[in-house]
Amino acid sequence: MADQLTTPLDALHRELGGRMVDFAGWAMPVQYPSGIIKEHTQARERAALFDVSHMGQVSIEGPEAAAAIERLVPADIQGLAPGRARYTQLTNETGGMIDDLIITATGTGLFVVVNAGGREADLAHLEAHLPDHDVRLLADRALLALQGPAAASVLAAMAPEVAELAFMESRELTLSGLEVRVSRLGYTGEDGFEISVHADHAQKLARTLLANEQVAPAGLGARDSLRLEAGLCLYGHDIDATTSPVEAALTWTIGKRRRSEGGFPGAERILRELQDGPERRLVGLKPEGRAPAREGAGIFDEAEKPVGRITSGGFGPTVQAPVAMGYVENHLREPGTRLMIELRGKPVPAEVTRLPFVPHRYHR
Amino acid sequence: MARYFTKDHEWLDVTGDIATVGITDHAQEQLGDVVFVELPEPGREVAKGGEAAVVESVKAASDVYAPVSGKITESNSALEDNPAMVNEDAEGGAWFFKLELGDKGELEGLMDADAYAAFLETIE
Repeated sequence: MADQLTTPLDALHRELGGRMVDFAGWAMPVQYPSGIIKEHTQARERAALFDVSHMGQVSIEGPEAAAAIERLVPADIQGLAPGRARYTQLTNETGGMIDDLIITATGTGLFVVVNAGGREADLAHLEAHLPDHDVRLLADRALLALQGPAAASVLAAMAPEVAELAFMESRELTLSGLEVRVSRLGYTGEDGFEISVHADHAQKLARTLLANEQVAPAGLGARDSLRLEAGLCLYGHDIDATTSPVEAALTWTIGKRRRSEGGFPGAERILRELQDGPERRLVGLKPEGRAPAREGAGIFDEAEKPVGRITSGGFGPTVQAPVAMGYVENHLREPGTRLMIELRGKPVPAEVTRLPFVPHRYHR
Repeated sequence: MARYFTKDHEWLDVTGDIATVGITDHAQEQLGDVVFVELPEPGREVAKGGEAAVVESVKAASDVYAPVSGKITESNSALEDNPAMVNEDAEGGAWFFKLELGDKGELEGLMDADAYAAFLETIE
């Protein structure tokens, strides 16, 4: 692709033997020579290093930035103490989602991380709705994710204050002589960190981390299998402009105050669904046997009536079985419900399963 | 015994009227970690180029096509229990199925090892 975007770690990915693919216009490693299963296991058992520099990092400065951005998201951002982060969604007027994102209160403003696929549109959306604020894409920042049970000790050996961070806490500190922002969160279900670092220093930091014997690189393939086992939504697949946060089982992200006050796009639908229940709901599904159910597969009830569709599915390396997520009619959402998934023209029995498939191990 | 290769990255060993079919090392490497294999039932008639088996990696599902026409005589059920064998021994123990050749003339369009190696050069 002629004008494919590359991250500051591009040369390192190629040196490590990364298999580069196009992802939302970016050249990204889907895996390294070790393969997706080993990279996945690395994050579950030790620490895996991911390049997530394709995601959009945005700063929002100006008076009352938290109150201002609440006009665009259903989360309680005004109640976010400095140094704390929250997962939420940019909702649209019909109660669907423009993107999902993490918002961190920095003390002077907000630090926002959005998906690679949405960064241009999200930036335009933020700029249009926050005209009195300085909304800036931090194009000179890279983002590394160090995920897994060994991540904390690896980073704490470089900066002891990292150990003091709890899940969803974030602070600026010096790591290996580099000014970085470290946030204790991620997309794997494991304890872990995302490190925002200047692009010029990203490769140096990545090499320092990879020199630790507990750390190995992991690509987008493992990132996807890890987040699926953790029951975390992928924008454009499990959630999109038509799905509401209530349908997507993201009710927990809607602030208590926001439920009574509203004041975010699509509040009418979202608050109604909170009250009356949605028509469909995102659930976990475990198909019988070993054949993975993939995105797009139809879901049927036991009377063979179509009741929904798989939105993410694959083989869970930790679960050692196929795992999937999809929308079903709301009355079928209870764990244990027996359904059928159509795989290559054949019905395969599946059971609605509580999410996540692999328990979260966040440091609370 | 002669070994043939196809542009769909399959290999077949032919002994008498029986061909043993698998996917090439290049194919398994492109697929990545294999997690599921679906094999044809013995007795099934397959046509050259038709779907014969399915192989799935963590990321995606791929069809395995019959490189020649014939009747399935045996499938390698060890792969169903241990799909990772495909990554470990694609051109040996991880064969997919055996078939009785319907038309030996169909072998003529296939590649030998050298031709397949040259073919791989053109697509890398």
